[in-house]
Amino acid sequence: MRFDTVIIGGGLAGLTAGITLQEAGRKTVIVSAGQNALHFFSGTFESTEAERERITEFFVRAGIPVHFQDGQRLMPAGTFRPAALSLEDVTLFPQTPVSSKALIVNFSGFHDFFTAFLAEGLEKNGTTCRICTLDLPEMEHLRLSPSEMRSVNIARVMDSCWEKAVADIRVMHKDEDLILLPQVFGLKDASIPGKILAALPARAAFIGTMPPSVPGIRTQMQLKRRYEILGGTFLMGDEVTSAAIHDGVVSSITTRNLDTSRIFGEYFILASGGYFSKGLAATPVQVVEPLFRLDVAFEEDRNGWYRQDFFADQPYMDFGVKTDADLHAVKDGQPLKNLFAVGSILGGTRPDFGSAAGLALRTAFAAADAITTSKPQE
Amino acid sequence: MTLQEYTASAHNFEECMKCTICTAYCPVVPVNPRYPGPKQAGPDGERLRLKDPYFFNKALKYCLNCKRCEVVCPSGVKVADIIQAARIKYDRSKPKIRDRMLAGTDFMGTLARPFAPIVNGMTGLGATKAVLDATLAIDRHRTFPKYSAHGFEGWLKRHAREQAKFERQVAYFHGCYVNYNFPQLGKDLVKVLNALGVGVQLLEGEKCCGVAMISNGMTREATRHAQHNVSVLQKAVDKGLTVVTTSSTCTFTIRDEYPELLKVDNAGVRDALVLATRYIYQALESGAATLRFREDYHARIAYHTPCHLEKLGWGLFSQELLKMIPGVEFILLDSNCCGIAGTYGFKKENYEASQAIGKPLFDQVEAVNPDFIACDCETCKWQLEMSTGYTVKHPISILAEALA
Ligand SMILES: Cc1cc2nc3c(=O)[nH]c(=O)nc-3n(C[C@H](O)[C@H](O)[C@H](O)COP(=O)(O)OP(=O)(O)OC[C@H]3O[C@@H](n4cnc5c(N)ncnc54)[C@H](O)[C@@H]3O)c2cc1C
Ligand code: SF4
Ligand code: SF4
Repeated sequence: MRFDTVIIGGGLAGLTAGITLQEAGRKTVIVSAGQNALHFFSGTFESTEAERERITEFFVRAGIPVHFQDGQRLMPAGTFRPAALSLEDVTLFPQTPVSSKALIVNFSGFHDFFTAFLAEGLEKNGTTCRICTLDLPEMEHLRLSPSEMRSVNIARVMDSCWEKAVADIRVMHKDEDLILLPQVFGLKDASIPGKILAALPARAAFIGTMPPSVPGIRTQMQLKRRYEILGGTFLMGDEVTSAAIHDGVVSSITTRNLDTSRIFGEYFILASGGYFSKGLAATPVQVVEPLFRLDVAFEEDRNGWYRQDFFADQPYMDFGVKTDADLHAVKDGQPLKNLFAVGSILGGTRPDFGSAAGLALRTAFAAADAITTSKPQE
Repeated sequence: MTLQEYTASAHNFEECMKCTICTAYCPVVPVNPRYPGPKQAGPDGERLRLKDPYFFNKALKYCLNCKRCEVVCPSGVKVADIIQAARIKYDRSKPKIRDRMLAGTDFMGTLARPFAPIVNGMTGLGATKAVLDATLAIDRHRTFPKYSAHGFEGWLKRHAREQAKFERQVAYFHGCYVNYNFPQLGKDLVKVLNALGVGVQLLEGEKCCGVAMISNGMTREATRHAQHNVSVLQKAVDKGLTVVTTSSTCTFTIRDEYPELLKVDNAGVRDALVLATRYIYQALESGAATLRFREDYHARIAYHTPCHLEKLGWGLFSQELLKMIPGVEFILLDSNCCGIAGTYGFKKENYEASQAIGKPLFDQVEAVNPDFIACDCETCKWQLEMSTGYTVKHPISILAEALA
């Protein structure tokens, strides 16, 4: 089987590269061993402004409204973090403290939204909080299996009866100038969160829950659908097991499911993620990229991998695959001519492209651009 | 041997990192709250069951064995295998008569075929359906697959001589459905393979792959079928034959469920068994053969990927073949279980859940309004035809009708 570009990994980076190439009329395939870090994504990309227009338009074409706006994101533990680019249903606050009185609403029996933490954090910033729980008859059947009273299950129910939740909240609401809800709305229908914000009697915000993330799954589903509508081939649940490299050029890969049927490509994009997705793997003595055995930038002294303070930035998060200026992956000191590395497999090695989800987007654009603008190879 | 090898469990439940992604994609969780979901039923429950079988939960029977949890798991946990293996190991309840009947596709077919016109008439009648519903709890909404009076095996035997004339040969594992219910699919396959210059022969006495027996708790019978089939397949492999199939579920069962669930060693035959769409795609790709299509063929086709084909990862071969036909407008339907899951949806207690699972798919078909649906699975076909009113054709049959 032959494609113009073969993409390894179907997370934000792989899908962004795939969509961009399909939009440019290229024939691509994405091979992805299971789902990805978008399922933990809370709706805020990192905070740089670069490529604002391109990113916004990219998401709008996929039916995913986003906004750029300098502000503070309210985190699940009641702290604030600066943000710029977010999904539209993420409320950004211009300054702290955000309000004088807040109403925190949870669903009764939902343990993945920590209302007490949230209240504690907010009260430190001078906001008085009141916590209420919602009991809807539509949610009763979920309780038959309390172990699975999870964000996604609630979101499925809410997709059809969010209006009832809004009506109940209106009754609960007194004089608070802020209403906080768990992020469990709009699993399939991206327009619901916006409608809720508009229907509530005060300014409101959705606060992240324990994974999986409802807006993250929604974003993943919309991007995958967009990719397939554009004619891309998505092989979900398959894993790239080996690659053939000759003279610094990757010619083909094999996968677990297609075993003897090799996938050939002119270009390859490695978007296999960080440690979580097994794009990078740590052994007792080194950090490796398991598939191509690419060169990885990491600290030789293992004691330097971690900091004792759990909440500090951890050095190992900055380790990543080495690339040249154009994101060609480096193996044995030499850049491979047709293999690009994008997304969180780069760790912190390319601060010029931003961090986290922003890094995934911008490196994916850059690799796709390099492919569409370069001449066909021999 | 490393420490990891000592501690590894059968289906690697300890690799689970508790992300609940599997539960988010399980089709049963949203429609049946009594089902604990793949994470709880699989890796979490396994931990408890290993301590004490008391923790085995009967609700595991609600699992469709669709394998969607495994397809999405980022850690490669064999979630559905854990669940099915637990049912085999701990469930001591005897399968009901109804379940034995539904599972015995081979047996029912052998019995019913000589009387096909009568049986078809009977199972189609409202009164018979009401009786089945009341006595056996087979849901009255279901249409039984028609039994064909002339089996595929007999037909191919009659054409054996002309098939033998082809220089290149494959063996065909046709499965119960082609033999008893829909011989035309087998004939379509022969037509397409012949056009590629390949002759088709039968295996030396295949049996039902046993998928329905596995899901209905008839493990001993399923294991006997598996052992038999592996030995029959081995004979073909020894002759240097590739074995092609048209059912994605039979293929998946023989390749993966035999070793994983029934512990039947299929290493000698596993790689020789391929879906015909993959075989044909590869023949065309290698340039070994070409197909000529009609110029006046036009069809707007919506393609549904069956769960087990998605798990096999071979849906792209069917898709690419259909896209190859000039005059085809190809639409890929979203990945969504149709809800039938073999015999699951035939059971009265599952009917509503089954239809609710498939609803997004049915709605999408209606919105797309294709000329017909394409799908590689026989039970998806029954479900989609009953629930949408659109005809469902196998990709091989579409190739056959589009050939010049
Ligand atoms: C728990 C967690 C939470 C996060 N939350 C946020 C957030 O809220 N905001 C933010 O900006 N960033 C967040 N991030 C950062 C995140 O890394 C990036 O935002 C981005 O999603 C990474 O995308 P990616 O495509 O590079 O990698 P991933 O999303 O990790 O995708 C990699 C994919 O490659 C597949 N893969 C790996 N190896 C193979 C192989 N051999 N063959 C086939 N497929 C393979 C994996 O299965 C996976 O599907 C979070 C990261 C994690 C781990
Ligand atoms: S998806 Fe895999 S890792 Fe996540 S909870 Fe399910 S089994 Fe565990
Ligand atoms: S096999 Fe299907 S029905 Fe069973 S737990 Fe997995 S996803 Fe759910």
